[in-house]
Amino acid sequence: MAVKEFEKPELKEFTEVPKLENEATSHLAPFKSKEEFQSTLGYPGELVDNWEDAALDKMGDLLKKYRSLRVYLDSCIQCGACTDKCHYYLGTKDPSNMPVGRQNLLRSVYRRYFTLPGKYFPKLVGAIDLTKEVLDEWYSYYHQCSQCRRCAVFCPMGIDTAEISMAAREIMDSIGVGQKYCNEIIGKVHKIGNNLGLPEPALADTLEGLEEDVVDETEIDVKYPLDQKDSDVLLVTPSADFFAEPHVDGLIGYGKVFHQAGISWTLSSHASEAANFGMFIGSYANMRKLALRIREAALDLNVKRIVFGECGHAWRVAYSFLNTLAGPFDFLDPKYPVPQHICEVTYDLIQKKVLEFDKSANDDMVITYHDSCNVARASNMGDIIGGQFSIPRDIIKATSNHFYDMEESTIKEKTFCCGGGGGLLTDDLMELRMKGALPRMEALKRVVDDYGVTHMAAICAICKSQFSKALGYYGFEMDRIISLHQLVGNALIMNKKEL
Amino acid sequence: MPIEVNGKSLEVDEEGYLSNLNDWEKDVAEIMAKEDGIDLGEDHWEIINFLREYYEEYQIAPAVRVLTKAVGKKLGKDKGNSKYLYELFPYGPGKQACKFAGLPKPTGCV
Repeated sequence: MAVKEFEKPELKEFTEVPKLENEATSHLAPFKSKEEFQSTLGYPGELVDNWEDAALDKMGDLLKKYRSLRVYLDSCIQCGACTDKCHYYLGTKDPSNMPVGRQNLLRSVYRRYFTLPGKYFPKLVGAIDLTKEVLDEWYSYYHQCSQCRRCAVFCPMGIDTAEISMAAREIMDSIGVGQKYCNEIIGKVHKIGNNLGLPEPALADTLEGLEEDVVDETEIDVKYPLDQKDSDVLLVTPSADFFAEPHVDGLIGYGKVFHQAGISWTLSSHASEAANFGMFIGSYANMRKLALRIREAALDLNVKRIVFGECGHAWRVAYSFLNTLAGPFDFLDPKYPVPQHICEVTYDLIQKKVLEFDKSANDDMVITYHDSCNVARASNMGDIIGGQFSIPRDIIKATSNHFYDMEESTIKEKTFCCGGGGGLLTDDLMELRMKGALPRMEALKRVVDDYGVTHMAAICAICKSQFSKALGYYGFEMDRIISLHQLVGNALIMNKKEL
Repeated sequence: MPIEVNGKSLEVDEEGYLSNLNDWEKDVAEIMAKEDGIDLGEDHWEIINFLREYYEEYQIAPAVRVLTKAVGKKLGKDKGNSKYLYELFPYGPGKQACKFAGLPKPTGCV
């Protein structure tokens, strides 16, 4: 079980741009998906015979379908602005983890087969043939990108490396080279309804246990309902919220918010997962199939609103694509946005003074906040410019007395990825995950040293799990990562009932 | 790479989890634990047995909170927490203990 030994990066006061080490992490590649996981998703079980042609056909399809992909592949001016922006480059020192290096893996093949100069003068324009070695490089380095889009913030041309990674993964899946972690998980959602494969009876049992715990703790009968028809709100949350710590403390908090506000709500065993890994593998078909479960559950349970729990890329898919993937949602209450983030719900209730807090309940903590990449760079909250940054912070400030932000160049739209996003939260990539967490850990260390920060709050299941590991690895205590709604749940005054 | 247990060769996946749940026997846990540098004592077995019982009923490993609560009820409140479980299974109760118990690895954002 032990992870293979690798050199541990040193935490420095400021993140330093490392000296290049060619192929420093070319040995990293996640386990490949087996035939059973591939076929569930509609992909070949192993590398197909004519894979070169099939891969180029697929690339041609994607170039036609997504104009953005062609623009991204054509428009890089090799200016270098992105080179020191990727947490994986900063942690691994491997130049193929510079965003431009990663893009070039696909770009050089694109040039060879899809541009005139590349067809006739490949050497002059950096165009290369698609070979097995190139495919192996793709598999390795397109699984060293967490699709966090930090590089895109700094690119003067607006190139989004995440979309290039997604396209590369889709091309590979289509020729039978898939990643085990993502594809096994997507298959479980298609079959059972969530990433964990948590069947309905286990979910019901887990929620009952939570109700007991909350009664024991607060003497208030907060419910965590499952499949309750005609509820006002369907809450769709990552299944990690049922299963793991500190995620479950967030779920307890959501329940307390709904209870105190008198909002009837339910979870669904059919749509028991907010996460949509279809995005990670660039598969519109799978992303749509996963999103449709939420629509089906909302119709079946006859709810008026859909609210998403703390899950980073779920919110990206929900905020940006849910309506086109699974809409129209004309059967929901038009008074509320579709969908809504749990932070928006809590924030609104705070503004209306429906929720009140005893901030001293969180006085044992000095808190900082980690902006999760997909929330920060691909979404919004509350219809306020920058609401995805201000609303979570305002909630923390409303529920606790001690809050300090990390350094400006590491938060908000410039936030560093936790190191485990984009389908990389798997043990076979532990070296990459720990090295990729370096910039965030350095920024955290500074607020720990300067302000005595004790806890970091987040609103993403992947971030929470990744930090539970990374904190321990870098010498912090693993339970210093918390759910934002844990703070809400701790401080919420629960005696008032009327709206 | 299969593992050898009492003269039988048992198939495991890339990460060392048993491929076939029914192949499990007590010595599987002992051998896997030894490989991870852990000597299984009574405390470990309490957890492993609970995991197997829960799995039998629900076809999934218990959530961390379900596990800590059950342990707390049975072994006393001071043991009903993750810290205690991490002392027993340093790589994480969810993953390492599941492996020893012959259960599949929990997947997802955990």
